[in-house]
Amino acid sequence: MGSFEDYVARIEETCGEERDFVVIFKYDKKDEAIKKILEKAAVKKSISRIVFELSFRDISFRLYGTGKAIFRNLKDKNELKKVLSDILL
Amino acid sequence: MLDLGKIRGDFPILKRKINNHPLIYFDSAATSQKPRQVIESMKEFYEKHNANVHRAVHTLSQEASELYENAHEEVAKFINAKGMEEIVFVRGTTEAINLVVYAWGLQNLKSEDEVLVTLMEHHSNIVPWENLSRIKRFKVKYAEVNDDGTLDREAFENAISDKTRIVCLSHVSNVTGVINDVKRVAKIAHEYDSLVLVDGAQSVPHLPVDTKDLDIDLLAFSGHKMLGPTGIGVLYGKREILEEMKPFHGGGEMVREVTFDTTTKRCSISWNDLPWKFEAGTPNICGGVGLMAAIKYLKDVGMENVKAHEKTLTEYAITHMQECETVTIYGPKDASVKCGIIPFDVDGLSSHDVALFLDSYGIMIRSGFHCAQPLHEKFKLKSSARVSFYIYNTREEIDRFVDVLKETEQF
Repeated sequence: MGSFEDYVARIEETCGEERDFVVIFKYDKKDEAIKKILEKAAVKKSISRIVFELSFRDISFRLYGTGKAIFRNLKDKNELKKVLSDILL
Repeated sequence: MLDLGKIRGDFPILKRKINNHPLIYFDSAATSQKPRQVIESMKEFYEKHNANVHRAVHTLSQEASELYENAHEEVAKFINAKGMEEIVFVRGTTEAINLVVYAWGLQNLKSEDEVLVTLMEHHSNIVPWENLSRIKRFKVKYAEVNDDGTLDREAFENAISDKTRIVCLSHVSNVTGVINDVKRVAKIAHEYDSLVLVDGAQSVPHLPVDTKDLDIDLLAFSGHKMLGPTGIGVLYGKREILEEMKPFHGGGEMVREVTFDTTTKRCSISWNDLPWKFEAGTPNICGGVGLMAAIKYLKDVGMENVKAHEKTLTEYAITHMQECETVTIYGPKDASVKCGIIPFDVDGLSSHDVALFLDSYGIMIRSGFHCAQPLHEKFKLKSSARVSFYIYNTREEIDRFVDVLKETEQF
């Protein structure tokens, strides 16, 4: 069993009041990561397959075809890590 | 008029594609791209002249020292300082401000004194003063800004007093691009015997800056925002002020003599001449060489041309961004009172979403607080998106940016 870190290059906590988390997937793993996420999460909206607005359990987030995702309204980084583990593994 | 084809040809990175789209770089307020001339000057330094400065009599050290001193001279001429003794090389604007805070402030500020800053400052012109005020117990006062992001002149004039020892403000806001009338501020400050420290990080790269004409006492700016490398910046100070200031860092280079007194069992120290008194340790020699090449490049283009080009782009961008119904622009919309920086947001999207969406199309912009949280609080913004222009940007890039911005309406 792998780790979500097999897919994730970096996690950036953004500045600004929102305190969003931007997840940047490893370049050579991004297509695999996107595929896995799209299999598990529900697509609420897609814009030209560039951005997907998704929900996974009660969490909404946006996934970009460039291999980045933005998560908001999470308690902290630990919650994000749990979500990433659940959705990628 | 700039020869944009020639200029863009000098910037190798602009040939890149990002996410299968031609790179559009609209984040020059964070850091500028580097022309071939700067990159090559640094390569040549390491390939042909590398040695430590001011330490050896050998040929390479003499060459390196001459280049490093020439870089100081070039900076002095660029901002019309009296000479290189008024030019201290540091890592960047932040270090330059910290140098003033800890070398001048620690020595001169007392509990009854006041430091006057503005609400539009970058954190680097707030945090060091707040930190020192907790040690020295002086008051940090904040001059208000108007709703459009311009400095509230009346509030500023009410805030300054006989207690004010130093006024610290940005020449150009890194959030709104607003140009402050620092000449007028300096005149008022001097009537109160106060010094003026100007954060020139967003002005020196984009406008002609003449320290004698502005009559400012201290000026901080960064090389990397003006086509130069990272890790090199400048503190300009009037000679008499720098002479009176004690050094910030101690070590080699900044001393003339360190003698051990066998009676007191202590060392007595005499400082080196300006500017070396403030440049402890081996400096960023190659950074200085790169900065000199950057300044030569900007001088060849002409700073009036740089200013005019950015004004044209800013006017054009503001006009066309306003075509997007979901976009709100902050700060003044009159390009004649600002530099090429435009903060904005898009209804229903966080600034980071906007930045990530544009990134999908190869367009690089900044999102967040831009290290200026108090100004965002003033605007009641959770964060903002920001585009910023430089000499290599074009109207066509703005057209592309606006087209992509319009696509965010689909969210």
